Amino acid sequence: MKYPEELQYTKSHEWIKTEDGVTLVGISDYAQDALGDVVFVNLPGEGDEVTAGEAFGDVESVKAVSDLISPVTGVVCAVNEDLLDAPELLNSDPYGAWIMKVENVTETEALLDAGSYEAFCAED
Amino acid sequence: MKLLFEKSVPGRRCTILPPCDVEAVELPEGLARAETPALPELCETDISRHYSQLCRQVHGVNCGFYPLGSCTMKYNPRIDEEMAALPGFTNIHPLAPKHTVQGCQAVLDTAKAYLCEITGMADMTFQPAAGAHGEFTGVLLIKQYHEARGDHRRTKIIVPDSAHGTNPATAAMCGYQVVNIPSAQDGCVDLDALKAVLGPDTAGLMLTNPNTVGIFDENILEITRLVHEAGGLCYYDGANLNAVMGVVRPGDMGFDCIHLNLHKTFATPHGGGGPGAGAVGCKDFLIPYLPKSVTQDGPGSKQVRSFTGNFLVVVWALAYLMTLGRGGIPEAARNAVLNANYLMEKIKGTFSPAFDRICMHEFVLDLSAFKKETGVSALDVAKSLIDYGMHPPTMYFPLIVHEALMLEPTETESRETLDWAAEVFRKLYDLAHTDPDWMHGAPHNTQIGRPDEVRAARNPVLRYTP
Repeated sequence: MKYPEELQYTKSHEWIKTEDGVTLVGISDYAQDALGDVVFVNLPGEGDEVTAGEAFGDVESVKAVSDLISPVTGVVCAVNEDLLDAPELLNSDPYGAWIMKVENVTETEALLDAGSYEAFCAED
Repeated sequence: MKLLFEKSVPGRRCTILPPCDVEAVELPEGLARAETPALPELCETDISRHYSQLCRQVHGVNCGFYPLGSCTMKYNPRIDEEMAALPGFTNIHPLAPKHTVQGCQAVLDTAKAYLCEITGMADMTFQPAAGAHGEFTGVLLIKQYHEARGDHRRTKIIVPDSAHGTNPATAAMCGYQVVNIPSAQDGCVDLDALKAVLGPDTAGLMLTNPNTVGIFDENILEITRLVHEAGGLCYYDGANLNAVMGVVRPGDMGFDCIHLNLHKTFATPHGGGGPGAGAVGCKDFLIPYLPKSVTQDGPGSKQVRSFTGNFLVVVWALAYLMTLGRGGIPEAARNAVLNANYLMEKIKGTFSPAFDRICMHEFVLDLSAFKKETGVSALDVAKSLIDYGMHPPTMYFPLIVHEALMLEPTETESRETLDWAAEVFRKLYDLAHTDPDWMHGAPHNTQIGRPDEVRAARNPVLRYTP
């Protein structure tokens, strides 16, 4: 299981990375492993407002449908449309397959660094 | 096995039509199909054998143990079917003059009276065609109630994270925002989490009790009181009523409206896509918003389905209610709880219950430690059970338990069946340690092995093409 040092994580198993005022959001290696093979992703729309702690989309695996929880409050400026045709990217490359990019971020949830997140997953 | 389409032979028939004794009429221009539809052409023997062969390949509650958690796959007594097959019930028309269908009306009225007594409700409709439809109808009652009072601020429905997926879906379909609250350690409603989200925007709470992990929420009176105090209403999902029918009433727990799955709790057939019946009951103050059948008297015929819903399902359920009677209904519930606890105790020591305490009508096993140890998943165990002639339990639900298997044996299984089931679970537990590969590949003894569920979900082929 990988926990890249340069990312930050939520307890609901999303990762985030901020570059030039834009925040990328995806799901962690632990999340994709727990979900199993992802078969469908419901993405937000560009321009949608997302709220920290609330669902911004969902992922469907053979096991279940799970909400994606936004770690930030802001406006969606891009979504990864590759995931619509190839949802399996979330399994094969969870840290490359970002789900949405958010700008005008006004609020961020409490985040964990890689070490704390790894410890959190070990307890779960 | 070949499909009917593949068995088709041009010109083969199984009907002998009498000579036409009226003048033939051509269809008006433009209404006829350009091509003949691709229907299979078969004789009666082919059709009969085809369905008999299909029948041998499925596993129903008439074939064997079916502990599919949360689905209450109890045996459906034959007497219920006999009653529902009476010509006085089957050969009627929904628009028949009222005085000619008084017997049918008596069935609906009697079933309503009994079910209202069992649930503590004041009135009930049989229109909704199944559970989710019942939920939709019930939450619409809540919505109508708030709107009729001019209270338009109530935009949120609270749903615990252990709920059936249909609960949030229902709330969303009714135009509400869904507020998910986390469960406490014991799988019950976390009172602090509930208090934190209650407010003037709360339209209501949707809940099952016993809950999805098979535990009776002891705080139920406090929960419904808190919701009412905030001005919201309480909706009871009847999914798990089998554990408490005739023992505790949702109405007394403080619920304002409910739905019942007659096809689960009251032993009418289910699992084949219907027809079901999601009867919706409510307290006095919600009666004005209840759908009314057009065959019923009085104004305001809001409907959620044509006429009286799936009438024959109500006949099945009433036959069940009358056969079991006042003593039999609570006895069935108690035996359902006893059977679940018996099986849980017998399985303990191998697979671990997610909540190690007395359960109600069902229990959840947590296989996450077992998977870490053996590499064998809940899915592998479920598939292996098929090779032993058992229908798999519900898998990966509720979502709050990882690697979950959820078992609901129901009251209609004997002690011998439960002993056998526990023995099979024990065998599989050992097998996972000695021959995990066999389990990864299961089932081995079925016509179709393990379907590629991922491929099926990503690239579904929904239409047969020759």
